[in-house]
Amino acid sequence: MMNIDPIKNGIVIDHIKAGKSMELYHYLNLENLDCSIAIIKNAPSKKLGKKDIIKIDAAINIDLDVLGYIDPDITIDTIKDGVLVDKRHLELPEILTGVIKCKNPRCITSTEQELAHTFKLTDRENRVYRCIYCEAESNE
Amino acid sequence: MRSLINILDLSTGEIEELIQVANDIIKNPKAYSDKCRGKKLATLFFEPSTRTRLSFEAAMYELGGNVLGFSEAMSSSAAKGESVADTIKTVSCYADIIAMRHPKEGAPLVASMNTEIPIINAGDGGHNHPTQTLADLLTIYREKGSLNNFTIGFCGDLKFGRTVHSLIAALSRYEGIKVVLVSPKELRIPNYVKTELLEKNKIEFTETTELEEVISELDILYMTRVQRERFFSEEEYLRLKDSYILNEEKLINAKKDLAVMHPLPRVNEISVSVDNDDRACYFKQVLNGKYIRMALMLKLLEVE
Ligand SMILES: [Zn+2]
Repeated sequence: MMNIDPIKNGIVIDHIKAGKSMELYHYLNLENLDCSIAIIKNAPSKKLGKKDIIKIDAAINIDLDVLGYIDPDITIDTIKDGVLVDKRHLELPEILTGVIKCKNPRCITSTEQELAHTFKLTDRENRVYRCIYCEAESNE
Repeated sequence: MRSLINILDLSTGEIEELIQVANDIIKNPKAYSDKCRGKKLATLFFEPSTRTRLSFEAAMYELGGNVLGFSEAMSSSAAKGESVADTIKTVSCYADIIAMRHPKEGAPLVASMNTEIPIINAGDGGHNHPTQTLADLLTIYREKGSLNNFTIGFCGDLKFGRTVHSLIAALSRYEGIKVVLVSPKELRIPNYVKTELLEKNKIEFTETTELEEVISELDILYMTRVQRERFFSEEEYLRLKDSYILNEEKLINAKKDLAVMHPLPRVNEISVSVDNDDRACYFKQVLNGKYIRMALMLKLLEVE
């Protein structure tokens, strides 16, 4: 594997589906950070064959619900003083607020602009999210 | 305090309890005539539905309470662009319970998130109408003596008929229910009702286009309106409309104790001659709707 300096305090977003790292980078607004960030593409992986990794050299808060929604196979490693202190496996979040929008024109969210667009996971196996207001299925 | 937004907000035990209270009210209405003395129901109808509003208002008056509200959005502040949340917060200062009808799906849920007083969904667009379903369940219970073990046919527009979808959702929690779906191909029941309700709950169901083929199997026949505008062509409409009109002739092969139901209003899908048949239950259904709304308001207001 390529040699990249280990991070001291920060997080490693691992097991990203190969090719998806740039999408995540933008989703998490990482371009706004001024710490060093390494994006590793197509790293070898036992589980996935190939994977992407993002290493962030700063202890930032990441919206795990968004990440879990985009790719529940991702793992998040938290590094403190050079030591791995937490390894977290993501899963599809039960409730998703402000990430996807309801497109049903008959839904109350279509006329009330202030309402948060909130979805509920109704079928984990088939990854079905439904709007809590109109129960329309999300098609994103 | 609880609200009723979706029929599945109520457990089967709670539905049973509402049915028992409604039956008791029917037996002994005087005992309930003062139960809600001093309580106020606000009927907020952002779109008109005279029959549902009257049912709620009659229910509250028969419990000794009072009613305030509006019957169309034009006469309310919503016409000036006020949000549902603000309207509800205001009305909550005046009323103890709210029955709300709104053209947008999910509006009553938004209301319930913005108040401490109970909200009853009196219909949100083509989405939910749980008190209609409660009226249907009370009618089935009173006609059949139970909510288990019967064959129910749904006939007409099964694609857009929200009363059908809600009743199927409610019935999918009971035992021994068989469902027969009778509709033109264009108006068949949506797939999610089949997969997420019927198949998931292992409810036996069949689909057909011909009412006459299946009418003899049914214990309950739930008719719905087939609207002309739902058809792709005028020709198709004219070809099919008569097959979904219930008349005495079609009832010849039906069981003697069939219960014919309809959420009303009807246009012509049940011929007037059927009204005098003992099997017609749709006007009883209207009356049951008032009694079950009485039971529901007692429960939500926690009146003993
Ligand atoms: Zn929606």
